[in-house]
Amino acid sequence: MLRFALRRFALIVPTLFGLSILLFAWVRILPGDPARSLLGQRATPEAIARVNEAYGFNEPLVQQYLSYIGALLHGDLGISIDLKEPVLNAFVDKLPATIELTFVALLFAVVVGIPLGYYAGRRVGGWVDTAVVSTSLLGVVIPVFFLAIILKYIFALKLGWFDTANRQSARIDAEHPTNFYVLDGLVTGNLGASWDALLHLVLPGIALGTIPLAIIVRITRASVSEVVHEDFVRTAESKGLSSSVINRRHVLRNALLPVVTTIGLQLGLLLSGAVLTETVFSLDGIGQYLYAAIRVRDYPVLQGFILFIALMYAVINLIVDLSYGLIDPRVRVS
Amino acid sequence: MTVPLTVSPTAPGGVEEAGESLWHGAWKRLRRSPMAIIGATIVLLFVLVAVLAPVLAPYEPASSEWTSLSTPTFVQGPTSEHLLGIDRWGSDMLTQLLFGARQSLIIGVVSTLIGLFAGAALGALAGGLGGWVDTVVMRFVDIMLSIPSLLLAISIAAALGKSSYALMIAIGVAQVPIFARLLRGSMLSQSKSDYVLAANALGLRRRTIIMNHVLPNSLGPTIVQATLNLATAIIEVAALSFLGLGQSDPAVAEWGRMIVSGQDRFLIAPWLSFYPGICIAVTALGFTLFGEALREALDPKQRR
Repeated sequence: MLRFALRRFALIVPTLFGLSILLFAWVRILPGDPARSLLGQRATPEAIARVNEAYGFNEPLVQQYLSYIGALLHGDLGISIDLKEPVLNAFVDKLPATIELTFVALLFAVVVGIPLGYYAGRRVGGWVDTAVVSTSLLGVVIPVFFLAIILKYIFALKLGWFDTANRQSARIDAEHPTNFYVLDGLVTGNLGASWDALLHLVLPGIALGTIPLAIIVRITRASVSEVVHEDFVRTAESKGLSSSVINRRHVLRNALLPVVTTIGLQLGLLLSGAVLTETVFSLDGIGQYLYAAIRVRDYPVLQGFILFIALMYAVINLIVDLSYGLIDPRVRVS
Repeated sequence: MTVPLTVSPTAPGGVEEAGESLWHGAWKRLRRSPMAIIGATIVLLFVLVAVLAPVLAPYEPASSEWTSLSTPTFVQGPTSEHLLGIDRWGSDMLTQLLFGARQSLIIGVVSTLIGLFAGAALGALAGGLGGWVDTVVMRFVDIMLSIPSLLLAISIAAALGKSSYALMIAIGVAQVPIFARLLRGSMLSQSKSDYVLAANALGLRRRTIIMNHVLPNSLGPTIVQATLNLATAIIEVAALSFLGLGQSDPAVAEWGRMIVSGQDRFLIAPWLSFYPGICIAVTALGFTLFGEALREALDPKQRR
């Protein structure tokens, strides 16, 4: 298991290394000189000279790349041109909001998706199955931000069940030691604040989680409907095992393997979808930070964001691969 | 030496026949599938609307003739002159929606073609040549896959500036790794099949085998993926416009941007955002249904 983990980990390194070269080249292959494209309309000769100095654009490329990678390895993602503060600080500041949102969205997708997919997969062709499959199709074709707008309109503006904007109501006076608002309330003993923060996550979480939900439903359904026809299920049935044992220990456990992979793959979708959802619901996370950066073409922020997401994506998928070992003993052995 | 000569007239014929029967069978199954019919109808309608927008539209696009009917306090809803009301900028909503179909169609199709051709070329190169070419290409594809596709499209579009071309390239390039990986995968699995072994035994050249036999037989999944990707591309066009990337000229109707522009009058006129959103969803549904039906029709397991 350890060797498997190490070998799998070793595969990430060249990918991230290659990505760092691409990102390094990205700003430098843009038409015009990099300082000018970094500065955009604010490119006065003095500003260009200052940026060239600060970013070392005058030095040879290899030298530039080495200092770039050196800084990266020290956790230095560069300095935002627009906000003049280190990109990493902003990430650390805003990441909790995005993690909360992503977590709620994924939880919604998994908790609703696996049972639905399981039920549909056991009764392929029934009316529940047909309904589940067609609804999941709808879930994939509605743009995330459009769904967010619809939910906001119906449940926040018309019915008034939820607050629309920000991570917490302004009237709530809460401390934020961890910046995870839901957690903060629990830590400081302010349960009302936790509840309020949680309510603010419901609509964004559903909007963001719908596509992963649709995908998880379909994969679970397909996987379950295949596994129920396997020989070992028939064997278990002929052994006279109760159907709940068969379903739990044999069908579900074997069917979950592709589902776990899918959940890992959804993370990329969730993190990029967060840009759209956070914008609609004005949640102050890294998605909204990126949105602001796109508008003013703040390249250090974009570069840092992509590298950061790629790293997270890689690590999550590594964890997913390793979790196979826990679900499926065959992987552990080979 | 004479063996390939005597075989070659029949071998391509044989493959073509097999190819024909696969596509022929797929066509027969497609015609019977309600999913395919609904999907194809939506796609056909969408293409017709996009092409015939100038004929179908009741008014000039982006005329802004009725700005007095779209104010922060009042937006004109459906009337007999304006079947879907007035848009955010005082033009006829129906006209703007019809012209919006053009942007979605052009950008969606061109970007998917870019992704398809570039990706298929890379995939065919990797799958056909193998060895170090394969390693280099697939490492590159892995790097691209390490960034979520929407984020990849965002970063490329942000670098290229605000134009429809930027969107086409950005969304197209973001699709490259998917196609490359898919075509390479199906080529590898095809090259293990018996007919390749037979062609090898007959002494056909490697290039001939790959170009005339492996490649044509591997294209099915890639074509299905392209149909499905059209749906994704149309949604991504809207998403990038929503983020303020892409075409910035307000005179060019684009569904994603219409959703955004309706936002400031959302409380009094939610339909400003709803109509274009529904257009996007229905169009994407059409391509998805047709793509899924095509996948099922081409699936060898479905053949009876």
